[in-house]
Amino acid sequence: MNIRDQGLHAPKALSLYGTAVESRLLLGTAGYPSPAILEDAVKASGASVVTVSLRREAAGGKIGERFLDLIRDLNVLVLPNTAGCRTAREAITTAQMARELFETDWVKLEVIGNDDTLQPDVFGLVEAATALTADGFKVFPYTTEDLSVAERLQRAGCEVIMPWAAPIGSGRGLANVSALRSLRAYFPDVKLIIDAGIGAPSHAAMAMELGYDAVLLNTAVAKAANPVAMADAFALSIKAGRLGFEAGLMPARDMAVPSTPVAGTPFFDID
Amino acid sequence: MAKIEILINGRQTGTAARTLEALVKDHAAGDLRVATALNGHFVPVARRATTPIEAGDSVEIVSARQGG
Repeated sequence: MNIRDQGLHAPKALSLYGTAVESRLLLGTAGYPSPAILEDAVKASGASVVTVSLRREAAGGKIGERFLDLIRDLNVLVLPNTAGCRTAREAITTAQMARELFETDWVKLEVIGNDDTLQPDVFGLVEAATALTADGFKVFPYTTEDLSVAERLQRAGCEVIMPWAAPIGSGRGLANVSALRSLRAYFPDVKLIIDAGIGAPSHAAMAMELGYDAVLLNTAVAKAANPVAMADAFALSIKAGRLGFEAGLMPARDMAVPSTPVAGTPFFDID
Repeated sequence: MAKIEILINGRQTGTAARTLEALVKDHAAGDLRVATALNGHFVPVARRATTPIEAGDSVEIVSARQGG
């Protein structure tokens, strides 16, 4: 038994598009040192959902087959992405191909607008989200922290919205905390998942303390010196952050307030 | 049958295939699980046999991969 199993409190259950999801950590599957380490990291993370992608098949290749088998053995839900797509049209076609191949109507919708920051093209994103929702997809849009864009996505039918913390793979953590707070406050009933930019377990814990519903990350685990141990660390931090949020954090103050009772302090002179 | 020039996954390729199904069989040996698009539009498995391939077409044949 590890320390996680000894806790007295379990975070509230999470539901994404009506599907119960046990863990609030969603894990990417790219960039691990080996398939065996990927497998162990997913198990250590406790993730119920992993992200996957589609790539061009080389003639006669078996890479895709092996990966599909590996994912199936992990017994997790898959969330196919549209990574690398630059237009709504590309993302829509990629999502349709992914739905057939992975046999799921879930899609992590990415429409990339800039090569250097990999920030979403939010105009193409809303366009693609609208079309895909109409086509029966359950869309998980990767977006910025912009509130107006999130509103458009919600109106397009997205029950889940995934703002970035910082650019993909940057590991910088929550770059715009106040905007993320606003987003959470403005959309109390939308499932908000921090996606991208998380570098350390403390970043993930902070996202959860802000009341975010889950965290999606990849590089921070895949590129850790020990990905399996890091997966465990993130699982703990996300659970800790969520429990902290549910328990109700004390308000921050500018000045000190003594925690030890003042009444009865020895040597205390009453003026 | 004479070969026609098409793009497969962005590469100029000569093929004798005249349907998407035949093309996939040539390209992805055996019964590999792949998904396809023709000229930017998704073509489901069930429609590959009746989807003709013509010179100049652009075909995408993709399979599952790791992703973030």
